[in-house]
Amino acid sequence: VLPGRSLVVYVIIVWGMDSVPAQADVINVVIDNLVFSPEEIKAKVGDTITWNNKDIVAHTATVRGGFDVMIEANKSASLVLTKPGAVDYYCRFHPNMKGRIAVTPD
Amino acid sequence: MLVKLSTALAAIGMLSTAALAQGAASPTDPQIAHIAYTAGQLDIEAAKQALSKSKNKDVRAFAENMVQDHTAVNSKALALVKKLKVTPEDNDTSRALTKAATEKRAELSKLNGAAFDKAYAANEVAYHSTVNGALETTLIPSATNPELKSLLQTGLKIFQGHQQHAEQVAAALQ
Repeated sequence: VLPGRSLVVYVIIVWGMDSVPAQADVINVVIDNLVFSPEEIKAKVGDTITWNNKDIVAHTATVRGGFDVMIEANKSASLVLTKPGAVDYYCRFHPNMKGRIAVTPD
Repeated sequence: MLVKLSTALAAIGMLSTAALAQGAASPTDPQIAHIAYTAGQLDIEAAKQALSKSKNKDVRAFAENMVQDHTAVNSKALALVKKLKVTPEDNDTSRALTKAATEKRAELSKLNGAAFDKAYAANEVAYHSTVNGALETTLIPSATNPELKSLLQTGLKIFQGHQQHAEQVAAALQ
């Protein structure tokens, strides 16, 4: 009896998820040894980017004329994407660190 | 190898001829640790001078980051030498760096306002360029302990970032 019931529950959950339009995701970017990985990410409006800094120094994720997120050493910081478009970002403290985010509309 | 490093330092007028007359042997790990640590401390001193003199937002932000980053790297270096039971050893290169930096601080202390900002930023570009060159060509290749080598490699990436940051600050002051 139980396996059958589980299957029913599973089907309902999957069906339910399918009906929700464009679920917001959390996209993780690891910073290790002054590199953003992955360097390029694709996201949509409403998604959250979380930078996880494994370095011993603080970094930023900065867009000229746009967002500026401070990511302390050995800590994480997040940003909710609100605008569609592709942006190049860099670290203000170490401009040799570069990344790119392509944001599609929700 | 120390001769090559000294030549690089002399090229930007940081070294006296007397300091050039030193041994040709590669620096040892205790000497490398001392040189890298000293280079960091000297840049912290320079940044503290900038913080006491400059009112420029970009210059101050750069200097604050120099204090933070070099403090972080040097505490890591101290923890590593303690773990490896290595005693950093003073040497001609460290002494030459200290002497040059002390003279530069004295020179900068006479400047104020935009003149100070420009001179500080220009010196930060030159200083990081010299230290990064020394790390790349001498200190990293000569380091024998893998953990020391790895910390120096991380340091180099951080300091290359500082050099680019300093170049941006210097360019904006023109």
